Amino acid sequence: MNTVELRSSAAENPRHGMSRIVERVGVHNISLLAALAILIVIFGFLRGDVFFSSRNLLNIGLGITILGVLAMSQTVVIVAGGLDIAVGAIVGLTTVSTALAIQQTGSPATGIVAGLVVGGIAGLVNGIIITYGRVNAVIATLGTMAIFRGIAFIISDGQSIAIFSDTFRFIGIGRILGLPLLIWILILTAIAFQLFLARSIVGRNIYALGGNPIVARFSGININRYRVGIYIMSGVAAGLAGILLAARTGSGQPVSGSQGLELEAITAAVLGGCALQGGKGTIVGALLGVAIIGVLNNGMILTSVPTFYQLLAKGSLLILAVVIAEYHLNRT
Amino acid sequence: MTQSDFFRLDNVSKRFGVVQALDKVSIAFQPGELLALVGENGAGKSTMMRILEGVFQPDSGTVHSDGAAVAFAEPRDSQKAGIRVIHQEPEIVPNLTVAENIFVGEMPRLAGLFLDWRTLEQQTNAVLNTFGMDRDMHPRQLCSTLGPAQRQMVEIMRAVRAGGRLIAFDEPTSSLTDDEARRLFAVIRRLRAEGASIIYISHRLNEIIDLADRIVVLRDGRLVDDSPAAGATEQGIAKLMVGRDVADLFTRQSKDVQEIVLEVDRLTTDQVKDVSLTVRKGEVLGIAGLMGAGRSELAKGIFGFDRRRSGRVVMNGVAIAQDSPQAAIVAGIGFAPEDRKHEALLLFRSILDNASLCVTDKTGRFGFFSRRRAMDIVAPLAAKMSIKAPSLDEEVSKLSGGNQQKVVLTRWLARQPMLLILDEPTRGIDIGAKSEIYRLIGELAANGIGLILISSEMSELIGLADRILVMADGRVTAELTRPNIDEAAILHFAMPQSPSSPGDHVQ
Repeated sequence: MNTVELRSSAAENPRHGMSRIVERVGVHNISLLAALAILIVIFGFLRGDVFFSSRNLLNIGLGITILGVLAMSQTVVIVAGGLDIAVGAIVGLTTVSTALAIQQTGSPATGIVAGLVVGGIAGLVNGIIITYGRVNAVIATLGTMAIFRGIAFIISDGQSIAIFSDTFRFIGIGRILGLPLLIWILILTAIAFQLFLARSIVGRNIYALGGNPIVARFSGININRYRVGIYIMSGVAAGLAGILLAARTGSGQPVSGSQGLELEAITAAVLGGCALQGGKGTIVGALLGVAIIGVLNNGMILTSVPTFYQLLAKGSLLILAVVIAEYHLNRT
Repeated sequence: MTQSDFFRLDNVSKRFGVVQALDKVSIAFQPGELLALVGENGAGKSTMMRILEGVFQPDSGTVHSDGAAVAFAEPRDSQKAGIRVIHQEPEIVPNLTVAENIFVGEMPRLAGLFLDWRTLEQQTNAVLNTFGMDRDMHPRQLCSTLGPAQRQMVEIMRAVRAGGRLIAFDEPTSSLTDDEARRLFAVIRRLRAEGASIIYISHRLNEIIDLADRIVVLRDGRLVDDSPAAGATEQGIAKLMVGRDVADLFTRQSKDVQEIVLEVDRLTTDQVKDVSLTVRKGEVLGIAGLMGAGRSELAKGIFGFDRRRSGRVVMNGVAIAQDSPQAAIVAGIGFAPEDRKHEALLLFRSILDNASLCVTDKTGRFGFFSRRRAMDIVAPLAAKMSIKAPSLDEEVSKLSGGNQQKVVLTRWLARQPMLLILDEPTRGIDIGAKSEIYRLIGELAANGIGLILISSEMSELIGLADRILVMADGRVTAELTRPNIDEAAILHFAMPQSPSSPGDHVQ
């Protein structure tokens, strides 16, 4: 071994094209891309006529916006060493809150603020229970999941609430420069999350916190504040997802988000390389995980796989992703 | 029986990385004899126990049983050979009953399926009677309701109920009261009278001199003395334990500075009681004590990692209001904890990430991490510390112990603290890195930084410290100042007050 060199290893050992690309993108992301390619080939072979149509590709894109936001925020939570399974319920609660706010005030801006604030409060509740109540994150959010869903039913009286604001509906169905607004929002959110987790000081401290909370504390990181903050972030992100869902469907529905959104979000995050022990995971990986789920969902519909069997596939995918992750973890 | 008939260690060596835990140690264990094993922390006592138990296998040398060489692949093998080791921390299941804990793995059954409670209770009562514990506990009592001493007795009864030919006790009295210790000694004497060979590990030298037939002293993995207990003195044993040959690895000159940087006033946490101390600028304050004396806990209390129950920590005349590491760091305190891998390092992240963890206020640009700024801070320090690695992007888990410790120290050098607490900074690292760390300590002190050095290595403490506080049971028992520092004095004050004088107990 040499005495320390003051440059990065990449700059120090210029490697040849291919292996440099591999290093840059990461082995894990390359296997995700390969999995995605295999799925595309399979569905392209089975229903190529429909699958590759621009309309269908746009459908896939639209289908994954909401999941995309949730998978990215879930990635941050998992990297910090936590888990938030209440996000689906928070989505349902915010669609109802947003719809009610717009119904009462007629102002779409109020609806958006209401959705984000309700999501943030829900996240704060989770954060406080987990951090100061010292409740296991899975159990805490399992409990609040039922509570949030209950509140959504109570305030909506179990009814779907229609939204008649065209301005608000524009978020869900409008286009800018030919691309649906929803996809623009996903792109912007993704950039924000990537900068936050990979580049910001707070993001790097989140990796430290999830990697080893004792070390993080010894290093002067206020781990309680970080934990609460991360669940608030997760709640706000779920609020945003709820707003997008309400804008797309034109209504607030207490049952929305209860179709296993949290399952898909966690699956995407873990597929994307998150270690459930914390400290590991990337936004890019999560987005690739989302793309795999999106293509799988779309492909199963195109090839007429019955809904009930789609559930089997999604559940198996989560288990499979964790098994693969654990296998890699134990091997290194 | 002759020597070769019973248990014997023959030239046993064991190495962990750079640390030679045992170096060609030969001991013969005689039936009906109580052999006391003494040595400083890290002298090799525990490693020897683990080898006898079959948890570790020796690198070279052999264990002999009844004249034949044996190889214990796992604890079950050594148990079959009649070896029992009773650990310091009782390994019992709190939510099972006394009877179940004593007979775990060998419980009487009915029809091969159901637990035969009646037989189990009878058997347990018989064991409790033998050990004189029948009035202290009931077979059906849950172990969670027992005190520490009673738990220890359950552990002992489980280990020796079916007899044992070589029975080792690892610091059995550390959690016992006077009376409990006395009863334990009676049990040990009876086992010895029945022909078992006893190994007894303790730091309480007076206890050992009264109880033992023979005393074996280990130091740095080597056997330095093996002689009859009769005529042994505490001072004599202490001197053998410490040795002098490494005493002059490093010495530094004290400076006479009066300006106080840290003042701790009657600090009390869950493990530390009423500790007051001061550290001056450029001074090295050594903290000595045995394992469990509360040294690391004192450091964690000062650093705000453990909650303060009462007392104040004052840096440069200003009391630190909050007890959080964050507040301590802001006030100018740095802390390199003892357990590098679990408390100091993010093992799967780079040297750069680890070294820049506490200077995020300087490596940030509008809240974003600037790799260039981090490099500017870390690279010169890493070079100064001569960290050996291909680059600063190397994962810390791939470095040697010495280089890992240098990464931790680099982190604090980057932070430029006014007071640095080092908890066992040289544990498990090679002699080269050790001397570099000694040099760094001298340099930091010369630059006016106050240091607290916690160490189990006497030579290190005596060579580096201007003053030494000795701790036992969470309290400071003595303050020694140069030139009145010597090993025997430190050991004397480090010994917890013996719960009893075992000699005056007559069975």
